[in-house]
Amino acid sequence: MIIIKDLKKSFNNLEVLKGVNLVIPEGKVTFIMGQSGSGKSVLLKHIVGLLKPDSGEIWFENKDITKLSEKELQEIRRKIGFLFQEGALFDSMTVKENIIFPLKEHFKMSKAEREKIAEELLSVVGLLPAKDKYPSELSGGMKKRVALARTLALKPQVVLFDEPTTGLDPILQVSILELIKGLKEKYNLTCVIVSHDLNLAFKFADHIAFLHGGIIIEVGSSEEIKASKNEFIQEFIRSALL
Amino acid sequence: MNFLRVLGKGFLKVLYDSGGIFLFFLKSFSYSFFPPFRINFLIKHMEFIGVKSLLVVILTSLFSGMVTAYQVNIALSKVGSQAILGGVVALTLTRELGPVLTAVVVVARAGSAISAEIGSMRITEQIDALKIMAVNPIQYLITPRLWAAIFVLPLLTAISDVVGIAGGYVIGVFLLHIDPGLLTARMIDMVELKDIMSGIIKSIFFGAYLVSVCGYKGFYAFGGAEGVGKATTEAVVISTVGILISDYILTTLIF
Repeated sequence: MIIIKDLKKSFNNLEVLKGVNLVIPEGKVTFIMGQSGSGKSVLLKHIVGLLKPDSGEIWFENKDITKLSEKELQEIRRKIGFLFQEGALFDSMTVKENIIFPLKEHFKMSKAEREKIAEELLSVVGLLPAKDKYPSELSGGMKKRVALARTLALKPQVVLFDEPTTGLDPILQVSILELIKGLKEKYNLTCVIVSHDLNLAFKFADHIAFLHGGIIIEVGSSEEIKASKNEFIQEFIRSALL
Repeated sequence: MNFLRVLGKGFLKVLYDSGGIFLFFLKSFSYSFFPPFRINFLIKHMEFIGVKSLLVVILTSLFSGMVTAYQVNIALSKVGSQAILGGVVALTLTRELGPVLTAVVVVARAGSAISAEIGSMRITEQIDALKIMAVNPIQYLITPRLWAAIFVLPLLTAISDVVGIAGGYVIGVFLLHIDPGLLTARMIDMVELKDIMSGIIKSIFFGAYLVSVCGYKGFYAFGGAEGVGKATTEAVVISTVGILISDYILTTLIF
C-alpha cells in the first residue's frame, strides 16, 4: 500500500500539487485521471523519488519516500518499477540487452541464466522475435512493451505507468492494458496508471482517482466515479463519451 | 543599469556552474571507491577518449612542432642563437603546447561527444531510467569516463611531446639546415625532467576537468534537441577556456 499525505510541489512559483492525499491499495489497478498538465506525471515521479516535494509525505513499507537519501531510494526502486511514457529504452542496446541490463546490475547469475530470463520476459510481452532489434527500429507500442518487460526484470511489487497508451491506436491501447492486467494477475502487482482516457479507466481500473486543481477531488470504483456529483468529473465523463 | 544586470547575471551563472562542476567532480570521484567497479567500461572509454583521439593528436602536434620551430627560428636568427632552437621547441612543447593542445583536441573530439551522448540520455529519460533501476547514473556514466581521461591524457600528452619535437627536428635539420647533433645536444641540455613532468601533471588535471565539465553539462541538459546542442556548445567553450586559464594558473604554481 502507498499512502500520500498532503503532497505539495511548485515549479517556478507555479503550484502543481497543492496538497494531494491518496491511498493506493495493494494488488489493485489504480488509475490517476486528470486533464493534460494537471500534474499526474509529477505525482507519479514523486512516488518513486525522481522528484522531491516541497512538503508532504509518501509512505511505502513504513518508510517516508520523501525523506530517503539517494542510496536508500535505490532499495525502494527495486520494489517500485516505473514505465516511462516513451519507454526510455537505452538506444545503444538491443531489446534483449535492455532487459538483461537490470539483471546484470542486481543479480548474480550466469550469462545463460540472464539470457533465459530476458527471453522469457520478451515472450510474456510478445516480442521475442524482436530481441535483436534496436529501440529505434521499434514502433511506439513495441517500445512500451519492451520497457514493461525491462521493468518486470527486477520483480517489482508496484509498477507505475506514465501514460502507457498515449499515442497508440485503440486496438493497441486495449492490448497494452490487457497485457498490464494479465501481468498484474500473474505477478501479483500493484499497478498505478496515469492516463486521461476515461473509457480505458472504466474498463480496466479497480480504483480511479481524479486529480484536478492540484488536489485529488474524487476516489472510487468506476461505478462510484460515474455517479459522482462533482461538476468537473461529470463534464470530463460527458466529454470522454462524446 | 541593464548592463550591470546582464553582467551580474553572467557572473552568477559562472559561479553557479563552477560550484556545480566542482561538486559533480567530487561525486564522480568519490563513487570510484564504491562497488560496482566497472573495469570493462573504463577500458571502453579509454579506447574512445585515447586511441580514437590519437591520430588527431599526432597530426596537431606534428604541425604545431613544425610551425613552432619555423617561427622560433626567425626570432633566434635575429640574435644569432639558432643553435638553441631544439631546446626552445622542446621546452615549449613539453611545458605548454603538448598538454594544452592535447586537451583541446580531446575536448573537441571526445568531450563534445560525451556531452551530447549524456545530454541525449537526459532528455529521453534514460538517466531517470537508470535511477529507476537502482543504478547510480553518475557512477555508471561519469566515473569510468573520468578515470579513463585521467589515465589517457598523460599518455596522449607524452605522444604529443615526442611527435611535436620530431616535427621541430625535421624543420630544424632539413629546412633550416641546423646541425642535427647540435640541435639534439641543446635539447638535452635545456629540457629537464621537471619540464616534462609539469606537462604530464597538467594533462592529468585537464583530463579530470574536461570530463567533469562535459559530463556536467550533458547530465543537466534540458529543453529537447536544442537543449542538447546548447549544452554541448557550452561544454566545449567552458572546457577550452577553462583549460587555457588553468594552464596559466598551473604554470605559475609549478614553476
